[in-house]
Formats: sequence, structure tokens, C-alpha cells
Amino acid sequence: MHASEPRHRSGVALKRLKLFLPLGLFLVLGGFLLVGLRLDPQALPSALIDKPLPSFSLPALGQERVVDQGMVTGEVSLFNVWATWCVSCRIEHPFLTELALNGLPIYGINYKDEDAEALRWLDELGDPYRLSIVDAEGSLGLDLGVYGAPETYVVDAAGVIRYRHVGVVNELVWAQTLKPIIDELRREQRAGDRS
Amino acid sequence: MIPEFGHFALIISLGLALLLSVVPLLGSFRGDQKAMAMAPSLAIGQFVFIAIAFACLAWSFVADDFSVALVANHSNSLMPTVLKFAATWGNHEGSMVLWILFLSAWIAAVAVFSTALPLVLLSRVLSVLGFVAVGFLLFSLLTSNPFERILPGTPQDGADLNPLLQDPGMIIHPPLLYMGYVGFSVAFAFAIAALMGGRLDASWARWSRPWTNAAWAFLSLGIMLGSWWAYYELGWGGWWFWDPVENASFMPWLAGTALIHSLAVTEKRGLFRSWTVLLAIFAFSLSLLGTFLVRSGVLTSVHAFASDPARGVFILAFLGLVVGGSLTLYAFRAPAVQSRIGFEWVSRESLLLFNNVVFLVATLTVLFGTLFPLITDALQLGKYSVGPPYFNAVFLPLMALLIPFMGVGPTSRWKRDTGRRWLQELVAPAIAALIIGVLFPFVYGGEFNLWVMLAVILAGWLALAMLRDLYMRLRSSRWRSIPASYWGMQAAHLGFAITVVGVVLVSQYAVERDLKMRPGDVEEVAGYSFTFNSLEPVQGPNYVADGANFTVLRDGKAVAVLQPQKRRYLASGQVMTEAAIDAGPFRDIFIAMGEPLEGGRAWAIRLHYKPFVRWIWAGAIAMAFGAFLTLADRRYRRARQRATAPLGGGLEAA
Repeated sequence: MHASEPRHRSGVALKRLKLFLPLGLFLVLGGFLLVGLRLDPQALPSALIDKPLPSFSLPALGQERVVDQGMVTGEVSLFNVWATWCVSCRIEHPFLTELALNGLPIYGINYKDEDAEALRWLDELGDPYRLSIVDAEGSLGLDLGVYGAPETYVVDAAGVIRYRHVGVVNELVWAQTLKPIIDELRREQRAGDRS
Repeated sequence: MIPEFGHFALIISLGLALLLSVVPLLGSFRGDQKAMAMAPSLAIGQFVFIAIAFACLAWSFVADDFSVALVANHSNSLMPTVLKFAATWGNHEGSMVLWILFLSAWIAAVAVFSTALPLVLLSRVLSVLGFVAVGFLLFSLLTSNPFERILPGTPQDGADLNPLLQDPGMIIHPPLLYMGYVGFSVAFAFAIAALMGGRLDASWARWSRPWTNAAWAFLSLGIMLGSWWAYYELGWGGWWFWDPVENASFMPWLAGTALIHSLAVTEKRGLFRSWTVLLAIFAFSLSLLGTFLVRSGVLTSVHAFASDPARGVFILAFLGLVVGGSLTLYAFRAPAVQSRIGFEWVSRESLLLFNNVVFLVATLTVLFGTLFPLITDALQLGKYSVGPPYFNAVFLPLMALLIPFMGVGPTSRWKRDTGRRWLQELVAPAIAALIIGVLFPFVYGGEFNLWVMLAVILAGWLALAMLRDLYMRLRSSRWRSIPASYWGMQAAHLGFAITVVGVVLVSQYAVERDLKMRPGDVEEVAGYSFTFNSLEPVQGPNYVADGANFTVLRDGKAVAVLQPQKRRYLASGQVMTEAAIDAGPFRDIFIAMGEPLEGGRAWAIRLHYKPFVRWIWAGAIAMAFGAFLTLADRRYRRARQRATAPLGGGLEAA
């Protein structure tokens, strides 16, 4: 390593610089983690709350027809993103079935799934959905900003998204969060109908 | 008073850890023998006090002291004593104490078993470990105090442990996992000490290897138990979900696997030194990252702990200090430990390098997939997660790519080998594996199945190449002269082949049917007939249940009587599915109760037939067993007996 060997020297410098690569990568990762701490994975991007459902035109699961956003609105309802590969969807399934039995309209968004498997699942576990929208490519999910299944949206009678819940819907989530919102929306709707 | 004693013990432990992290380290740089010699006693003292703290916490649980907030929130007087004890770590605060207990146990073990290490190296290793302990003790005391009281207003009874956790699998799963996580801290500390001393040689690698293998073995068992638990306790027969919490334990395992192989090259050939050091830092960093992901709430998961941003900030700061600090040290000091020996491309070194590359890519792939939601969210691209399809699509081909080379590994020679020799030696196992692989799907499943064929060819190749190598060894030398580390390698690699077979066969051949059944109904699944005999209420210690009774017949002969339950836990009102499983080496029969139908006269019943599912866990146990077996190798003990001064780091370089 003499001054007369500039090429060798720059090679060494480069080699030493490379040793900082792991540190650099870690700093980038640490930056993301730091930002991540301040973000709430449960929160909906504010852009979509109080906005109408994104427009779509997708097949209905197990039916020979295509549905769009206009055909699934008109009542206060839940939109539930589910898939057969989703573990937690199985956990919430019985509870959704119970809600549906009590008359709550629930629409499914079958997210990045296989039709045959999805139909088999509904056949076996029961079908709480008025219909399931087939979102095989995840395009509707992309427009909605789906974080992962399961995810549940409260949509009002006018087709406007009012709330988003990430994760399993169970008795607790229902009683503390979703039911109060739905009751309020229904009151609004009745008030609107009367006036 | 007992909880207060525990709290004090925790604080004393922190004090000793602080001393341990500072005094011997300073001593090692100033050549102060007395300061360095304090390290082992400080390490053991720190362990004793954290053990007292843990015992106090466990006592509070077992004795139903509901004035302790943690006990009130996670235990219940109706629970069996064993579960009360296990509830000690069935929550964030308590599991942190268990984590520190194990960390301190590893530190104390290093202090006790490494007396032959040069004092400078030993004191640095123990100081680095002490620093890690300081971080977690501070974390526990400042953000997650397990001994907090509810006074006045002590509740009459506790809120109960999450029913999912009230299970023997869950009692031992976290402890094994933590043993593995914190075990990598030893390899990490050895790596940091080597960087500080600027010396890293074969004896250093020989010191690090048994600790790394032990940690890896515990982690393997921990992951395996988690998978097994999910299979029988969650009630739908799945065994791996690529959930962030699972990934958190899987990433250190992958990096640890690379580390084990890289250490082998460093010990035998003095190569890959700075690479080995980097992998040791990675493996432990990923353990820390896992802790961060599970406990900070940055990612949503089915089984993440209740999150708290303050905890997240603390762990992230600690992560930044430890990982950032060690990578900075690495960047400046790596040239001092780099090796300058060459090897040919056709050699065992290249095969192990390939192993390292595959496992590192696999680690980064899982890391990227796990953090993907966070990254897109932070970049304000929206909130997405990648899901199991991504992980399967990238992970499975990587593993498939690995296996052809794994088969060559043991037969290959160090430094220089020839492709022709490999061909000569291994053509027979290759042809045999091809024949078995092509025939298997027809013989077992009755029709062609591409994935089964590929998996059986690969696993068959690996197993046959391994067994052939063993056979050749046994022919040329007596079995007693074969070192334990060779037997361990055999067991671990055969275990890998077994797991591959299990994973692919169960995913291809499982039969799952969900049916509506009433008592008296008979259903046929995969050649077994299931008779729903009766339905009766069951009274458990802290739950009530609906229990079903099934008889399973095959060809008219009784195979098993299975009694699945649907439980409702009294304190929390949570409903749990207790699956009933008839396990066998080649198939499991799995019955779980879904939901009551027709007002409870009929039930949704899941009948599953799972071929080869046990192989997944049997393979993992073999891998862990293999890693434990290597600890018996004589050369590690010889190294311990030979107390030679020139080992490890020297003062002159520091």
C-alpha cells in the first residue's frame, strides 16, 4: 500500500466503505421503524373516511353476474374483507354469521382468493354475506387501501365509508365500536327519511 | 411484601448488570486484572437476583395475590396451579422477566463454563452481555413493571389467562423461544469482543460454536412448538401462517442457520471471518427486532402483545444503540479480523457460502415481507400487507434451490474438490432419489402430482446422500471414532429432509371437510368413517363445554375414539375450540367442533385427514436434537481444558 499504487489504494478505500453498508442499511431500517412507531396500523387513511365506496365492477362469488357499487348500497351495512387463506377470518366468521342472522346486511369482499376454495369455505362454514364480491386481483382492495384480511368497513345508506376496522370483529369490537356507529348511522338515516 | 422483595431484587440485578457492563470492560482496556476478574462473580450475582425476582413474581401468581395488577389481569383463582405458574409469562411484563432470567442464565453459564478463556476475552464477552441485560432490565423497570400493585381496590378475583394460552404447549413454547432468542446474545458478545480485540481465530470460532448451536436448537424447538400449538389449539389444523409474530422468531432462526454454517468454515479453514462476525450481529439484532415488532404495536398480528408506544420507543432506542453501535464497530474493525486465504470454486467452502447466501436472502425476504406494511405506510403509499402468497412464492423456491447443494456438502472436501468426484460419489443417490420421487405420487396418491414429486426427489436426494456419506464413514472408521458433531450434522440434515416431506405432503394430500352433523350421523372422509355417537355437557375447572364423542373406523375396525370440545371460559366468557386428534406417524385424524346449528341439536363439525403432518415437527425435533448433539463433541471440551493464554483477543491490538 504505497503512494505509488493509487489504484490499489482506492480499491482498499472502496472495500472499507463497503463495510459501512450494513450500518447504512440498518439506519434506513431504523428510520422506517421510527416512523412506524408514530403510525397506527389500525387507522384508516383519512382520505377514505366519509368518501363514497370506490367504483368497481366485479363478479359476485358463485353467481353469473357482475356487481357494482350501486348494487350493494342503500342500507347501513358492513363490508368485510375475507379470504380462505386468512387465519383470523375463521375466527370472526361465526360472529359475522350471528350478526347476519340478526338482520345486519354484510357484504363480503373475497380478497385475492380462489373462487372454488372460497365457495367451499362458505358451503362448509355458512354464508353470512348477502353476496361476496370477487376481488381476485386485489384491485378493489387497492382502492380501499386494504391492509390485510380481515378488515371491516361500515358503509352508510348513501354508500359512504364511515369507519374502518382492521382485524377480527368479535363481541368486544362490536359492542364497543361498531354497534354504536351503526346505531348512530341508522338514526341519521331515519331522520333523513322523515325530513 | 413478596412482590416488593421481587421489585427490589430486580433493581439490585440492574445494579449488578450495570457494574458488569462497565467495570470488567474498562479493566480489559487498562490491563486491570482485578477489575476483569470481577466479571464472573458479577454475572452470577446478577443471575441470582433476577432469579429471586422471577420467583417472587411466580409466587404472586401461584398464591393468587390479586393486589398485583399483573396477577389480577392475567390469572384467576379457578385455574390449576400449573397454569397459574405458567401465567407468570403469559403476558408482556412477566415474559420480559422470564426473558431477562434466561439471558442472565446464559451469562452465568458463560461465566461458569468459560473459565479457560483468556481473562481479557472473557471479561469483554461478559461485559457486552451485561450491557444487553442492562437494556432489558431498564426496559422492564421503566416501562413494564411487573410488580405494580392495585391498592386500594384489590379485586376479589382475577380476569383469567387468555384461554388460548391455557395449554401445555403454550407453557413451554415461550420459554424455549426465549432461550433461543437470548442464546444468540452469546455469539453476539463473542463477536463484539473479537472486534474489540481485533483478533479472531479458529479457537474463537470453536468457543462460539457450542453456544450458537445450543441457542439455535432451543429456537428450533420453540418455533416447532409454536407451530404444533397453532395446529391443535387454534382448531382449524393450520400449522404456519407467516404471521408477523411467527416471522419475528423465524428471522433469527434463518440468520442463525447461516451463522452456524459460517462458523464451521471459520473454525476449520479460518475463512469468512468478518462475515461470521456480521452474521452473529445479524442473528442477535433480528432477535431484538423481533422483540420490537411483537411488543411495540407497529404491526398488527393475531397474537401480538398489547402495545404501548413508550415501550416501542424504548426498544427502538436500545435497538439503535446495540445494533447501530455494533455495526459501527464492525465497519471500523472488520479489516482487523478479515481473512486472506483463498479457496477454489469447487470446494466445501463454496457450498457453505451458497448456504449462507440462500439463508441471508431468505432472512431478508421474510424481513421485507414482514415490514412491508410498515414501509408502504411510512412512505405514504397506503396500507398493504403481502400475505402468505408472497412468502410461499419466494421462500419455497429458495429452499428448493438449497437442497441439491446440501446433499453434496458432507461428501465434499475443503479447499479444493472436483466435480467429477462429486458425480462419481453421488450419482447413485441421485438416480435412486429420482426413481423414488417419480414413483411416489403414483403409489401413494394414485395420480401424478408435480409438487409431491419434486419434494420427494429433493428430500430423497438429501437423505440418501447423507446416509451414503454415513455409510462410507462407518466403513472406513469405527463408529466410536466419529465425532459427535458429525452425528449432529447428520441428524439436523436428515431432519430438514423429513420436514420438507411433511410440509409438501400435508399441503398436497390433506383432506378437510366441514359438515353439519347430528348425534348418530356417520360421515366418510379419506377412507375413514366418523360416527357422531353423542353430545354431552362437560364441566371443567374454569370452563363449561359441549363435548362430542366420535368413533373413527377404518375398514370396519375401530381406529380411535375422539372427544372434541367447545369450551366457554367462565371468567372471560371466551369460547375456545378444543380439537381432538388421533396422531400417527403417517397421518393425523383431526376433529374440531365449529358452531351449534338448529339450536344445538346439530353442530358444524370439521373432519380433517392430515397425512405426514407429524413429519414437519419430527424433522424440527431432529434438527434441534442434532444441534444439541454437537455440544457433546470432544473438541469443545478439549478446548475448555486447555487453558492457553494466546487464545482470543489480546491487549496489544486494543
